[in-house]
Amino acid sequence: MLATALLIAFSLVILALLLSFIRLAIGPDVPDRILALDTLYINAIALLILAGLHFGSSLYFEAALLIAVMGFVGTVAFSKYLLRGDIME
Amino acid sequence: MLEWILSALIVIGAFFTLVGSIGLYKLPDFFMRLHGPTKATTLGVGAILIASVLYFSFTTSDISLHEVLITLFLFITAPISAHLMAKAALHIRLKRVGRTREPADN
Amino acid sequence: MREPVKKFFPHPVLTLVLWGVWLLLHDTVAPGHLVLGFILAFSISLLTSGFWEEKVCIRAPLILLRFLGIVLWDILVANVTVAKLILGRSGKLKPGFFYVELDIQTPVGISILANTISLTPGTVSCDLTEDRTRLLVHALHVEDIPAMVKQIKERYEAPLKEVFTEC
Repeated sequence: MLATALLIAFSLVILALLLSFIRLAIGPDVPDRILALDTLYINAIALLILAGLHFGSSLYFEAALLIAVMGFVGTVAFSKYLLRGDIME
Repeated sequence: MLEWILSALIVIGAFFTLVGSIGLYKLPDFFMRLHGPTKATTLGVGAILIASVLYFSFTTSDISLHEVLITLFLFITAPISAHLMAKAALHIRLKRVGRTREPADN
Repeated sequence: MREPVKKFFPHPVLTLVLWGVWLLLHDTVAPGHLVLGFILAFSISLLTSGFWEEKVCIRAPLILLRFLGIVLWDILVANVTVAKLILGRSGKLKPGFFYVELDIQTPVGISILANTISLTPGTVSCDLTEDRTRLLVHALHVEDIPAMVKQIKERYEAPLKEVFTEC
């Protein structure tokens, strides 16, 4: 039961990753690509938590937390770059 | 019983994650695309994380709550990054779909 | 609040949050981590107190709890609504920008209001005017703009205004 649910969930999330990746590739503008990257981070977090459930290990949690933190910093840095032309003030 | 709840949460979470990415893929302009990921993915990842909390709390002897941190973090950061991206897009005057209504005085 | 307490705990809420996050990160309530976490939370909030210029005062915690409940419920509903809109025909959507006039003054109140708007039904807050009086909001699908502004003001801004006031 749980194994089947995990299998379905894995396919759905991988499809989501693929769609975000297509948006990252076709753009058309810079903000679209930033948004696609941000969505990729969140999809990757979902995938990691699913992997943790599948292998019954809580080690994947650390990686997911790191992606969440670094992804947010990355998105903010990209947006700041667009807003001001440089990242640090 | 627990297995049913877990399976339902996992599939619902994965479904909402997918809906967010479908929105990102198919909506016509940037400001509309912004809505998909910021909403659908917070609930999507949230549901999967709740499933993870339940799973590790019931299969191992002690309660596992640290997944709550990711949920908390995502709920705080998702609107902030959405706001910043929207601000950046407004700043570089990204074009919108023609039928978008503009604010009354701008 | 008594003077010594205020001196050593300039931001009691921040100290509690830091302590809680430390314990969650280590996923334990072992005595060692309780002590270490408390020392860290205490010293960090004391050392960084200079960076927090304005005091945050939370009045009426019950209203805040009720507000959190409403927002969590709205997030659930919003997700289903937005999922339907996304999976439906995107040609029929009526996106739009509109301004929300703000009555709320405190920076914390404004930022929580903006975050709430971004998390709930089909709306994303895009920009705040320089003088902090108007918030630009984009909606994925909006039929009646004044009704939506009214809903945001009554449902989210009114309780926030009561909770976060000047100290």
